[in-house]
Amino acid sequence: MTVWVEGFLVVLVLTNLWLLGSSRLLSCIAAVSVQGVLMGLLPLVIRIDAPLWRLLLQAGASLGLKGIIFPILLLRAVRSVDARREVEPLVGYSASLLIGVVLLVVSLYTGLRLPIPGGATPVLLVPAALFTALTGLFVIVGRRSAIVQALAYLAMENGIAAFGMALAEQEPLLVEMGTLLDAFVAVFVMGITIFHINREFDHIDSERLSSLKDTPQ
Amino acid sequence: MILILVLLPACAAVSAYLIHSDRVRRVLLVSVSAAHAALVCWLWIDPAWFPPLGAWLAVDALGQVFLGITSLLFLAVSLSAVSFLKRESGTTRADPEEGFLFDNTPEALFTACLLGFLSTMTLVTTSQHFGLLWVAIEGTTLASAPLIHYHRHHRSLEATWKYLLVCSVGIAFALLGTYFLAASIPAGGLTSMTLSSLVANASRLDTRWLKAGFLLLLVGYGTKMGLAPMHTWLPDAHSEAPSVVSALLSGALLNCAFLAILRILSVTAAAGLGQFGRHTILVFGLVSMAVAAGLIIGQPDYKRMLAYSSVEHMGILAVGVGLGGLGDWAALFHAVNHSLIKASLFLLAGNILAVYGTKRIADVRGALRAVPVTAALWVAGFFAILGAPPFGAFASELAILRAAVESGSWAVVVVFSLLLAAVFAGMITVLVRTAQGAQSVERAPEPALSLVAPLSLLAASAALGIFIPGFLDRALWRAVMLLGV
Repeated sequence: MTVWVEGFLVVLVLTNLWLLGSSRLLSCIAAVSVQGVLMGLLPLVIRIDAPLWRLLLQAGASLGLKGIIFPILLLRAVRSVDARREVEPLVGYSASLLIGVVLLVVSLYTGLRLPIPGGATPVLLVPAALFTALTGLFVIVGRRSAIVQALAYLAMENGIAAFGMALAEQEPLLVEMGTLLDAFVAVFVMGITIFHINREFDHIDSERLSSLKDTPQ
Repeated sequence: MILILVLLPACAAVSAYLIHSDRVRRVLLVSVSAAHAALVCWLWIDPAWFPPLGAWLAVDALGQVFLGITSLLFLAVSLSAVSFLKRESGTTRADPEEGFLFDNTPEALFTACLLGFLSTMTLVTTSQHFGLLWVAIEGTTLASAPLIHYHRHHRSLEATWKYLLVCSVGIAFALLGTYFLAASIPAGGLTSMTLSSLVANASRLDTRWLKAGFLLLLVGYGTKMGLAPMHTWLPDAHSEAPSVVSALLSGALLNCAFLAILRILSVTAAAGLGQFGRHTILVFGLVSMAVAAGLIIGQPDYKRMLAYSSVEHMGILAVGVGLGGLGDWAALFHAVNHSLIKASLFLLAGNILAVYGTKRIADVRGALRAVPVTAALWVAGFFAILGAPPFGAFASELAILRAAVESGSWAVVVVFSLLLAAVFAGMITVLVRTAQGAQSVERAPEPALSLVAPLSLLAASAALGIFIPGFLDRALWRAVMLLGV
């Protein structure tokens, strides 16, 4: 099973670089969708001691929501708002990739030094999880398109969920389902907001949402 | 019984969405909030009727205090909401400040979200499991986002997007912190993520993971609570949301996030890291007060000013908890007072906005002549929030100062008093300008329904300043016991 786990984690790292380097919205959605599928499959290969029905339920819910439903919702958002199909970066793509590499090194450095109690955790899990969360955070800050920010929020959420898998035994199923549902509603609410933003402004550039500030009298 | 408290508003939210008649829906809103308040009242009288539901849902003294504030405030706000919805219902209207036309969110959706907001906040106060707590707090964000976007125009949309994104990122930090907390549990997995079992086994927790988890949770829930420098969503959301929603955000939601921080503090304190936790919270508190004071002085928009005042008061709560001991009691008491006063002020700000049609302080003149009752309450509310006697905030702020003096932290005493004085100076000039002078609009009618809530909330705060009832004092001290040292 270790081979599978390591393989999945490497793909997870690659999807982050994919997200960082893409200039097109559709490509970003695809990257996050692949991440979602991975998030669905990971619990199946990591946790062998939990009851099978539980693993299947969790995998099915993650895969279905994060791998299929979220991307479809966001795709529809892109189509309905007829947004420009670019991610509108504040930080250029090559610079983003370079920063990504730095983030990866940082995640590897810290992740390998944080021992998870129990010792049964795959070595790469914590670094890959941290890297995914940090990438998400960076993309939220470094892109102006509201859809990409929503996508990056999902990536951040994926990273944190991957970290949570290391601790799966302490976390009851209900909580996992709750977090998943929350992420679902978050994307739903963000999607609706993006729709309104586009209708109101004819753009989804969050950088131009800047009329509210403290102007001196 | 606890489940009823959570599910009653949730079911009402669903039915509110399905009901077509505005009248019936408004009756439902008020009656459900009255029923919720009655149940909470019952809980205060006899907690034995509300037994814990497994290890996950229970009402302890801390939860009881915050549930009490939330429910009371929601009842008051629902009365004002009826008057607000009557005023706002109808078709497209023009923006008073910029003149463009916009629609409002359908009333059914608005009412449903209000009730959903109450349900999720009740879940926050009753939740004893850190995972469930996270779910509930994220739920409050999602239920309240459509409320901020009630007026469908570009400013409210911008505020909603900032609120969603900033709070979601904050809450993601809190989720990571929750997992770190889980990682601090030693292998063997005897301890679950419930508050009681974490506190009972606190000495066995891995302190490195616990410290990191505490910081992440503090930053995460601190974003929601409006502690600087994570407060950026707060002024926009509070100024663009309808005033009834601002009142709820400021009076109830910020408290819920504060409660979440207190929960993790009690685990940290039980693990022997109480000093570390409290010092960190103290620093956040003073920074918040300083940032708020800087932005209150010269602030041109009175709703933003009230929002920054909330940042300031969240800072005061954090300072109280940072000091510990009497400071804990004072912070909890101050949370009660701040909720009562600030909700009342936001409701009054709504009345003023409705009459004057502007949020610019410079354009509001002579309120005492134009809307005498509202303006009289506005003046009283300003004095109350600035900590003038006889209001409750005076007693709680004085108690925080006393806690600082007793602990010998003279630097805190000096900085705390200076910042309070700065805010006082900044807000009192605004009060003089808006209340006094020649009126800039015609004298306007003031519907009684829009005055009942602010009046009774302010009266409650004044009463608390003169006399703290025994049952409240006992509940506050029992809550302090839960926090540990």
